[in-house]
Amino acid sequence: MNFTNKEGISLVNDLIKTIQENRDYLSKVDGAIGDGDHGINMSKGFTMAEEELKKHSDYNMSEGLMVLSKMLMGKIGGSMGPLYGNLFRGMATVSKDKDIIDSKVVGDMLEKAYSNIASISSAKPGDKTLMDVLDPAVKKYVHEINMNKNMIEALNSMAESADEGLESTKDMVAKIGRASRLGERSRGFQDAGATSCNLILKSFAKSIIKITS
Amino acid sequence: MKKIINDPRNYLNEMLEGIYTAHSEMVTYVNDDFQCLVTKKKKEGKVGLATGGGSGHLPLFLGYVGEGLLDGCSVGDVFQSPSAEQMLEVTKEIDSGSGVLYIYGNYNGDIFNFDMAAEMADFESDIRVESVVAGEDVASAGPASPGEKNTRRGVAGIFFVFKCAGAAADKMMDLDNVKRVAEKAADNVRTMGVALTPCVVPRVGKAGFSIKEDEMEIGMGIHGETGIRRGKLEPADQIVEEMLEKILQDKPYKNGDEVAVLINGLGATTLDEQYIVTRKVNQILNEKGIEVHKYFVGEYATALEMAGVSISLIKLDDELKELIDYPAYTPFFKQ
Repeated sequence: MNFTNKEGISLVNDLIKTIQENRDYLSKVDGAIGDGDHGINMSKGFTMAEEELKKHSDYNMSEGLMVLSKMLMGKIGGSMGPLYGNLFRGMATVSKDKDIIDSKVVGDMLEKAYSNIASISSAKPGDKTLMDVLDPAVKKYVHEINMNKNMIEALNSMAESADEGLESTKDMVAKIGRASRLGERSRGFQDAGATSCNLILKSFAKSIIKITS
Repeated sequence: MKKIINDPRNYLNEMLEGIYTAHSEMVTYVNDDFQCLVTKKKKEGKVGLATGGGSGHLPLFLGYVGEGLLDGCSVGDVFQSPSAEQMLEVTKEIDSGSGVLYIYGNYNGDIFNFDMAAEMADFESDIRVESVVAGEDVASAGPASPGEKNTRRGVAGIFFVFKCAGAAADKMMDLDNVKRVAEKAADNVRTMGVALTPCVVPRVGKAGFSIKEDEMEIGMGIHGETGIRRGKLEPADQIVEEMLEKILQDKPYKNGDEVAVLINGLGATTLDEQYIVTRKVNQILNEKGIEVHKYFVGEYATALEMAGVSISLIKLDDELKELIDYPAYTPFFKQ
């Protein structure tokens, strides 16, 4: 069960579509306890990547992820630019020399995405950030593969874990980032960064399942 | 939302185009990007000073780029950090071989991007970059214990850090000394604000929170961060007493100390009101035996159209006093 790096470019295109389609939803979620601009900023960065990718129809998945990273890091700023820029750069660098992407490479991509974010952010699970989705989801995937599940099963479990993680942010008080300024008033609302991270991981999983089946 | 704007998506670029039009003798931009603002009066051999941050706070941050103050500023969208790449371009332009000091407010996005820019400047261009992160809002968190990271937000008091470091750099101090001066200034400044109305981010179009007509929030941050107390609006003297007490206790500022004071309008509060605040601040400081070397009154760090004021104090020694008095000439600050 694997796919070529070349075929994987559809994963990048799906990510862009996912963020564009959820632009207003993400802003609405952010509006409750943030500035209400998360969807606008994310969509701006992903759409700039889409424009750039149109010029390079021969790019594979790793190259596409690197374009996404560069646009988010170079043009978007804020906290989310560098966070997701680092996440996608991690996915791009560990896969760039692989022609064939198998369950092991997918696991490496997820783990590197995680460690790249952890290297710049001090957020821990429980702080009401994207880490509440990323941390359990990545661990779940790795665990499932270690238990000899196949890649599709592991990706499906990862997506469930991402949903549980997102749900868990509703009852948390934000400790870090924009929403932390509200303190106790942030409880009861889903975190915006965790929401976009959930969308990204589920889109990632869905694309791979689609390519390999 | 009631604002004199065009398409909100063009808000930042149109504002910057106006800045470059009105102040063309003092500032310009690099890398074909309005968001990379630099001085036109570069002084060779001097330590470069860069700042950066989200827009919506004019004259902060870009308004302090000029002679005797800062050399460059990366400008983010409203309430949003600029990117690492933009800060890098500013850094490369303002370096003249003596290194660059970043001075900016204590916000996650800014720290992520500017730390990255500093590493890139070192890696790509061998520019030594040091950073001083200002966080002096006493309402935002308790003081950091020794060895711990300061979690306080940076607000209007950063002006004093800019002023002292800018003068030190202009006097041709080296990077280590300019950094030392900036850290000393940052350690000696404290701020507290009060807000009466919320602010509206143009691309969002509506306020993210509300403050009732007869209410105020003591300690609110310059993006609408929650303060320490919300209650009925009180007379100016009472508001000042509450805010100043918190500030004075925190440092603490004591009998015999000498300070400079910044009374800052947040965007929609009149200068008249700011001077009413100044009057009371002066009365209290006189009673406490704290000598005021100088007052700065006006808009130094705003929060879009938020109504309210902030009070900042900096405790001075001979060195800081001289740097505070040193001449400066920028689009928004001249002395």
